[in-house]
Amino acid sequence: MTDLLAIAKKVVGWANDDEAIEVVAVHDRDTEIRVYGGEIEQFTASESQGVGVRVIRNNRQGFAYAGSLDEDVLAETLAEARDNTPFGSEDEFLGLAAPDGVAVPELGLYDERVATMDTDAKIALAIDLEAQTLAGDPRISGIESADYVDSISESAIASTAGIESVSRESGSYVAITALAEEDGDTQIGFGFSVGRDPNALDIGKASSDAADRATRLLGAVQPETERLTIVFDPFVTAQFLGILGGTMDGDAVLKGYSLFADRLNDQVASPLFTLVDDPTNTDAFTAGETDGEGLASRRNVLVENGRLNAFVHNAYTGRRMDTPSTGSAVRSYSSVPRVGTRALFLEPGTQSQAELISGIDNGVLIQGVAGIHSGVNPVSGDFSTGAEGLRIRNGALGEPLREITIASTLQKMLGDIQAVGSDVDWLPMSAAGVSLVIADVTMSGS
Amino acid sequence: MLEDALVASTLDTALLGGADFAEVFVEDKRNSSAFLDDGKIEELTSGRDRGAGIRVVAGDTTGFAHTADLSENGLRKAAEAASAAARGGGGGVRKVTLERQHASRDIEIETFPETVAKATKVELLQRADEAARATGDSISQVSARYGDSRRKILVANSDGLLAGDDQVRTLFSINCVAIGDTGMQTGRESHGRTIGFETFDHHDVSEMARTAANRAITKLAARPAPSGAQTIVVGPGGGGVLFHEACGHGLEADLVAKSASVFAGRMGEQVASPLVTLIDDGTMSAEWGNFAIDDEGRPAQRNVLIQDGILTDYMYDQLRARKEGRPSSGNGRRQSYQHLPMVRMTNTYITGGEDNPADIIASTPNGIYVAQLGGGQVNTATGDFVFGMTEAYLIEDGKITEPIREGNLIGNGPEVLNRIDALGNDFAMGHPGTCGKDGQGVPVGDGTPTLRVTSMTVGGTAA
Repeated sequence: MTDLLAIAKKVVGWANDDEAIEVVAVHDRDTEIRVYGGEIEQFTASESQGVGVRVIRNNRQGFAYAGSLDEDVLAETLAEARDNTPFGSEDEFLGLAAPDGVAVPELGLYDERVATMDTDAKIALAIDLEAQTLAGDPRISGIESADYVDSISESAIASTAGIESVSRESGSYVAITALAEEDGDTQIGFGFSVGRDPNALDIGKASSDAADRATRLLGAVQPETERLTIVFDPFVTAQFLGILGGTMDGDAVLKGYSLFADRLNDQVASPLFTLVDDPTNTDAFTAGETDGEGLASRRNVLVENGRLNAFVHNAYTGRRMDTPSTGSAVRSYSSVPRVGTRALFLEPGTQSQAELISGIDNGVLIQGVAGIHSGVNPVSGDFSTGAEGLRIRNGALGEPLREITIASTLQKMLGDIQAVGSDVDWLPMSAAGVSLVIADVTMSGS
Repeated sequence: MLEDALVASTLDTALLGGADFAEVFVEDKRNSSAFLDDGKIEELTSGRDRGAGIRVVAGDTTGFAHTADLSENGLRKAAEAASAAARGGGGGVRKVTLERQHASRDIEIETFPETVAKATKVELLQRADEAARATGDSISQVSARYGDSRRKILVANSDGLLAGDDQVRTLFSINCVAIGDTGMQTGRESHGRTIGFETFDHHDVSEMARTAANRAITKLAARPAPSGAQTIVVGPGGGGVLFHEACGHGLEADLVAKSASVFAGRMGEQVASPLVTLIDDGTMSAEWGNFAIDDEGRPAQRNVLIQDGILTDYMYDQLRARKEGRPSSGNGRRQSYQHLPMVRMTNTYITGGEDNPADIIASTPNGIYVAQLGGGQVNTATGDFVFGMTEAYLIEDGKITEPIREGNLIGNGPEVLNRIDALGNDFAMGHPGTCGKDGQGVPVGDGTPTLRVTSMTVGGTAA
């Protein structure tokens, strides 16, 4: 195995006296298997590596990266980063993260079974996933994709500020997209299951989710426009939280891109709403022991009972706002560390989705949204997305709905939260899912 | 990039398992970018990615491996891995004889990015920042990005093809925030070309900055968008995203083959208003989706997909074309050497019509005028698609009146295509886009004249 930390430290060792250097080195191994018709359609075995070098000199910053760890490439990348440095603007707050004494949690995010599991067993998982989905319901007419994917990611960060950090994580998932057909109508649905160990993947859940999602939309109609209560399915809530997370990062706050910039300690949401960013929770797909600057990950409560409690920071935004880094630097080897939420989690309530629905007279269960990045503006707060789902009438699920949009504003939606479900779902995303009930949303239809 | 003999011997190794087809794709990409935010150049970044992807097809199975190690040993290991992944039948030695093919573009690059001083790239952003802030007192924040890339590729396959391309792209974008009594609003403008720095000889970043700033300022006075069905007029250039989503993806042969498209089995049928002629054209000089060869070595083509409303063709990559016994349409593209190619759009557009755009608006009693579209998304199986409106106005009594806030529009592809009842004579290309499919992003262009859709659902909050 490549010693990434040794490589990172070697480059750091080339630093001149008047410059600060931070080096990230990564090595990823991925397997992707797609089956179709019981046969392997695509099999990708990949191995990739890369290095990113950040140089700060005279309060100016430069960066370079390369998709290789060869010795000559390391030297060339450092030289490029140095050459870029004078062109950055002078900024007294620029600087590397320094060790802050917070202990790095041991999360056990690597499971060697990803590496040791026989390839044929991985292929069998994907074939089984496709077969179970096709066999589950006679209305399932075809499969668009049935995939098994796993990855082993290793990285190291070293710097002249004394950072020395290594991490190794494994992950695997199965994902399927199924087509359902009835009376000339076609609908599509997906399902997946996530695990650090491929043996833990739940093929049955992935296939039945995909079949349910596709078949329950068959015969969907476009309703009339009205205002009503919506229930976000956990998968949709996770996307909603992702947008909200972007309004609570220190960079957006500092630069005037966040609608919550001046609202710290204000009541910004319903008292039912407690939002935590916690990459130390090992259930989270994006859990990690350290952040993109090599500092220990930590649990950050962003909103507590509706009160805005904190923003997330990396070393730079923390320094500018005179507060410590919250271990929230995010990056790949091809970029400088930015700041962002890493593993969002909404404190669950006590009721299942069915119990939540039973209390709603007129509403819609939103199963999926489309265009969340084209119709939601996190700066102004305007929220508008395409959607599909099921009508809720008198506490029970009714007919499927299509070609609708749902619209409100982020600010208003947070205040209109009526309940959070108990059905936490861990997804292959940087936020966990849970059912969420929001009142007074405009549903546009015919 | 690599010696012909080394490419040939790598193909021989890839074919040792008895495969039907093998391909070596070599890429050497350098890029640079500069980012300005909050009045400061945050950093200048240089990047380099170089490697090879090796694809082996045996029966219906594709094996793929990639490596950043372009030595003989590195390539051999990747070829063996791809061959093992494809699980071909019996062995057998096949020797490939490569024949170099030349595909050229009708435009020369004048100023390669590596010849432009870094200070000049940075100065571009500072000029844009100043121009945006000078546009109005309500402009509270500005961010701008400059990026360029030079991507050299080489493709060789077991059919004997050997071809290369040198693709240069230059991109500029700016985002402005305006602040007023109603909160914050944003405005954006971007410009991208498949040529070098000379594009800024003809496109002034200060002008683009003022455009973005004015979009944000205008929206401060915007009222909530209406909700429900409305007549929609889309301005020139902007409507390309609509077609990209409404039917472009649904005409990709890989989705059609899996019946995951509402356009499957409809060849020769009337699928759109007779006004609609839809073309996908990788040869369009300097446009964002332009190239000399696609990522499978096929020269770029101009493909008529819908002619006067009749479906005339789908888009193909090599794999899908082989299965159907026809040539690829030059639509095999990939994000990088680390990805498998698949069917992708290039520059997708609707040809111009005959109507005067002013007449189209004047003859619309009530509706929405969408001047700028954001991104979109489609469910190809149902045909339902959305796109965002980032600059839009009410049409009242045949006149464009008040600005409205952002939102999505939703429609069904086949229905919307049939509801196009006016097409302007003012064709224009839109903004540079990145099209995402199956986790891969590739640069695409699109274009339309002013057009009218008799009814789409607007996702606002107002009654």
